[in-house]
Amino acid sequence: MTDINNSTAAPTLLSKIVKSIGMLKESPIAIFGLSLILFWVILAILAPILPLYDPNTPLEPFKFPLDGSAKNDGLYWLGTDHKGRDILSRVIFGAQQVLVWATMATAVAYIVGMFMGVVAGYLGGWWDETISFISNVLLSFPVIVLYIIIITYLGATGFNIVLAVTFASAPGIMRIVRGLVLDLRTRDYIFAAQTRGESALYIMIVELLPNARGPLIVDACLRLGYTTITIAMLGYLGLGLPPPDPDWGKMIAETQPLGSFAGHMAVVPAIAISSLVLGFNLLADGLREISMRD
Amino acid sequence: MLILAFRRLISMVLIMAVVSFTLFSIFETDKLAVAGKVLGPYSNTEQREAWLDKNGYNEPFVERYFTWVGNAMVGDFGESIQFKVPVSEILWPRLANTGILAGLYMLVMIPLSLTLGVIAGMKEGSIQDRVVSVGSILTTSVPEFASATFFTAVFVFSLGWFPGTSAMTNGFSWAEIFLPVLVLVMYGFGYTARMTRASMAEVMTSHYIRTAVLKGIPYRRVILRHALRNALIAPFTVIILQLNWLLSGVIVVEVFFAYKGFGKLLLDGALFGDIYVIEACTLVAVFVAVFSQFISDIGYTLLNPRIRFT
Repeated sequence: MTDINNSTAAPTLLSKIVKSIGMLKESPIAIFGLSLILFWVILAILAPILPLYDPNTPLEPFKFPLDGSAKNDGLYWLGTDHKGRDILSRVIFGAQQVLVWATMATAVAYIVGMFMGVVAGYLGGWWDETISFISNVLLSFPVIVLYIIIITYLGATGFNIVLAVTFASAPGIMRIVRGLVLDLRTRDYIFAAQTRGESALYIMIVELLPNARGPLIVDACLRLGYTTITIAMLGYLGLGLPPPDPDWGKMIAETQPLGSFAGHMAVVPAIAISSLVLGFNLLADGLREISMRD
Repeated sequence: MLILAFRRLISMVLIMAVVSFTLFSIFETDKLAVAGKVLGPYSNTEQREAWLDKNGYNEPFVERYFTWVGNAMVGDFGESIQFKVPVSEILWPRLANTGILAGLYMLVMIPLSLTLGVIAGMKEGSIQDRVVSVGSILTTSVPEFASATFFTAVFVFSLGWFPGTSAMTNGFSWAEIFLPVLVLVMYGFGYTARMTRASMAEVMTSHYIRTAVLKGIPYRRVILRHALRNALIAPFTVIILQLNWLLSGVIVVEVFFAYKGFGKLLLDGALFGDIYVIEACTLVAVFVAVFSQFISDIGYTLLNPRIRFT
């Protein structure tokens, strides 16, 4: 087995990335989704060096989009909110917040969920029974109740939001991984590894998980979108990250009562969140289509 | 069939037991904190001790848990700290309001998503399929608080067709319930439509459909009499299991439109620290979730005779 692997040149990471981007070309939907995501990622990365007002400093309240500033020569591209903070700046810094926390929460949920799934699927027996029962209990909770309990009990911090997302998502990820592993464990290369005398941990991490990655990548994209919604929703409900840092959901909640005369304050962050989630969902759909074609 | 129902019932009871015990341990292990919540931040330790003694909090933990479960089963959840009335007095009317909201949502969403899903799945890859598929991705990408923002901007503030809040102060009003239901349907129908589409597309490739078409049965009849029966089994489960995450949308919509429902009660309770309200709402929510899972399992077996669990 290892001899065969060594005889062919192992593809480098770079060539793998180039190849997968090339594959994306087949699906315009995936390309469009990816560009929506990259748009926000690039803005979030460039936020500190872009010529923006400070997102938390009150300037002039109730400015409409494209209104000029009376204090300086600047222009409020997207207007200001009820406290006089620049909305463009708040949306871009809000992208930073939501991208960082959504990625982190999804990543942690994946690590936990994959580990539980591969253990339950490969070791089976009591491991499987226990892990599956815990997952079933957690899955029987409506997710929002889980979030509310964890966050009211532990407090609204970034870490606790990651924890809450992990509790809510890991059982679902575990089920997918478990199902994939149950299928993969009967393959010849697993028997080969067992015959070589590899440890269970080695087989799980080196042999099983990499081969289960296909469906997981699509699921991860969908979950990133869903976690983005979750984080903004918690912000909207007053359970999100503490103020004053901008948060898309909180921006909507704060300015919603002013909708009758200053609708842009809530509409701008609503467009922002919708476009980012749309990006994740379109990318997931495109990837699924490509994977089904092969 | 009966054995299956019995086994599912047992696991349902088991899950409820684990959930209620976890809930009770989270909120009522620290007795003094409970007393502090009830009596307010200005009560002193002596008053709290006296209150604990009077309300039976000095019994052993397990005994307290069983008393609490027993009371909850007959609908006694204690007294709300925020509203100063028994929790059950607020809980049931609120639950009924949310029931109306969820019922209207189902009434609109089910026919809409099934029709769209069947139309899309009938011919995989056709124009109608692409429109429905991309359209449902689009609508599921706009979370409820965002679409509610868009709809109020258009229908409330620009056109003035509907009121912006749905507090129902003068009794039930169709104008006030319209936007909340619209928001829920917009976000929710896409998922079921896509499931129906996938299920329909799979049925359409099966041999018995090909046979029916080749036999010369009119296409309409093949779809209505042969394909639909099998294609609608999977969406049935999806629709019932939706109840579980419908609650998140319901909370957002109820908060956005100030609709006096169960979700808003839960959120207000949580933000206020009203532990008896949180406990009651969580128990009810989990019960509904577990029970809907039970119904979906049983219904699935009844609908699909190929699946027989022993």
